[in-house]
Amino acid sequence: MDTGALLFQKILSQIFVGLSRTTILFIVSSGMSLILGVLRIPNIAHGSLYMIGAFMAFSVSNFFGGGSQGFWMALLLAPIGVAILSLITERGIFQFLYKREHLMLLLLTFALSLIFGDLVKLVWGAEYKSVPVPQVFHGHLTLVAGIPIPLYNLFLLLVGPVVAILLWLFVNKTKMGKISRAAAVDRDMVGAVGINVSRVFAAVFVVGCLLAGLGGVLVAPTVNVTLGMDHTLIMEAFLIVIMGGLGNIWGALIGALIFGLAQSLGILIWPQFGIIFPYAAVVIVLMIKPTGLLKSTW
Amino acid sequence: MTFLELTKVNTFYGLSHILFDVSLSVNKGEIVGLLGRNGAGKSTTMKSIMALVPPRSGFIRFKGQDIKGKDPYLLFRTGIGYVPDDRRVFADLSVDDNLEIVYRRNGDWTKEKVYQLFPPLAEIKDRRAGHLSGGEQQMLTIGRALMGSPELLLLDEPTEGLAPLIVKALENQILQLKSMGISILLSEQNVKSALKLVDRVYVIDNGRIRFEGTVKDLETNEEIKKRYLMV
Ligand SMILES: Nc1ncnc2c1ncn2[C@@H]1O[C@H](COP(=O)(O)OP(=O)(O)OP(=O)(O)O)[C@@H](O)[C@H]1O
Ligand SMILES: [Mg+2]
Repeated sequence: MDTGALLFQKILSQIFVGLSRTTILFIVSSGMSLILGVLRIPNIAHGSLYMIGAFMAFSVSNFFGGGSQGFWMALLLAPIGVAILSLITERGIFQFLYKREHLMLLLLTFALSLIFGDLVKLVWGAEYKSVPVPQVFHGHLTLVAGIPIPLYNLFLLLVGPVVAILLWLFVNKTKMGKISRAAAVDRDMVGAVGINVSRVFAAVFVVGCLLAGLGGVLVAPTVNVTLGMDHTLIMEAFLIVIMGGLGNIWGALIGALIFGLAQSLGILIWPQFGIIFPYAAVVIVLMIKPTGLLKSTW
Repeated sequence: MTFLELTKVNTFYGLSHILFDVSLSVNKGEIVGLLGRNGAGKSTTMKSIMALVPPRSGFIRFKGQDIKGKDPYLLFRTGIGYVPDDRRVFADLSVDDNLEIVYRRNGDWTKEKVYQLFPPLAEIKDRRAGHLSGGEQQMLTIGRALMGSPELLLLDEPTEGLAPLIVKALENQILQLKSMGISILLSEQNVKSALKLVDRVYVIDNGRIRFEGTVKDLETNEEIKKRYLMV
């Protein structure tokens, strides 16, 4: 095999890696963007919920014996657990604060992320946890050009579009979604046509956080589940949301694609400094379009 | 029992006192005009009733119930429809969805019935509300309020900025609503248009009610007309 073909193979396989990373980034940041767009809360604790999703996945998976069954149960139950936690947070704290300034909300959610971090330490301790890849996803599949793709990555590549479609249906086809689009722009008027906006906000918040939890579960088999995984992710998610256009979930999709691919291809181009590529991409995008690629709801 | 009754309502925007002891009433089946110049306090009165700017003191009763302090969405659910002066259609949603998402109190009003009252809307069902003309937006905001089958409509300067032909159509539609038994509080600067529709009038200026009476009373009161209405 000549070097050209080899390089091509390498690039292609990095693209697959990047796309599966994109899936995780998209799922988490679309939830964050949804909350930002409708409730106007820049939720730093979103990353914590992602981390908690991963830790919950570990516990649930363990509880069910750690095998394939454990993974599927985790995929089902951990996001629900995160959703319940977020509902408590919303009803207990956020619902009283929607009218506050953004800086105040930012500080509050930052405080919350610290509290969540400590809670995780209390409940799960400080050591690494790992969640096994389920049996069915062991092994590789060779698709194009003889590149072996881990089955789990392929699974992620399927989950991404499924989540995107479900989210599209939620936002565009359900009454709740339509109401939340209207409330994103004029919440007072939505209230003045008989809608209990507070309830709608609670529902949207829970949906957004559920996505954070889902992202956490999905990432769990591919990484060490550990304290601090919330920090990197929240940074990335914020950049993706800003790049895509605040509050625009399709912007989050595009942003995640750019970020994920820049990450994986950057490593190929310049292995020692691969980490700077996604950030460079953000800078370039924002220099060209300071308000983000798609229409911001702000 | 009066249908809607405001007693000595005082409303503020922050520190600025806007409404001073505003008292007015609307009886069942009536169209009552609230006339006044720019900045007189018409919209603030409407917003006070709808609790969008909750009054600081005074009483508001609707169907015999004290409604002060209730959230706007609950007021809508007790039968008050609000049509704001700046229209505020849900710009990102289609015309149909603007009607669809409204809370329905009962089955009286349906989208079909709204489209019957405003036939032009039926033809642009799928268009984004943000892309409508002023007249179309006005029909939509009224239709939106009607979806909740209101017993009382607060219409804030519905004819403002519309072409004469459209104003004419709108006047007819407002009279149709009255004939269906809906009570209406109608704010207007356009005195001529308002007087064709209303049963009684209040004149507001500087946040105070300056006159109250029948259309005839107002028409013969040159002093009030000159001082507060510029006609
Ligand atoms: N959001 C606000 N904050 C502070 N002052 C306001 C606000 N809205 C209105 N005002 C003031 O309150 C007074 C009454 O305004 P309002 O909108 O009720 O008048 P209006 O009779 O509806 O006038 P128009 O015919 O222009 O609609 C005005 O002096 C206006 O400047
Ligand atoms: Mg006004």
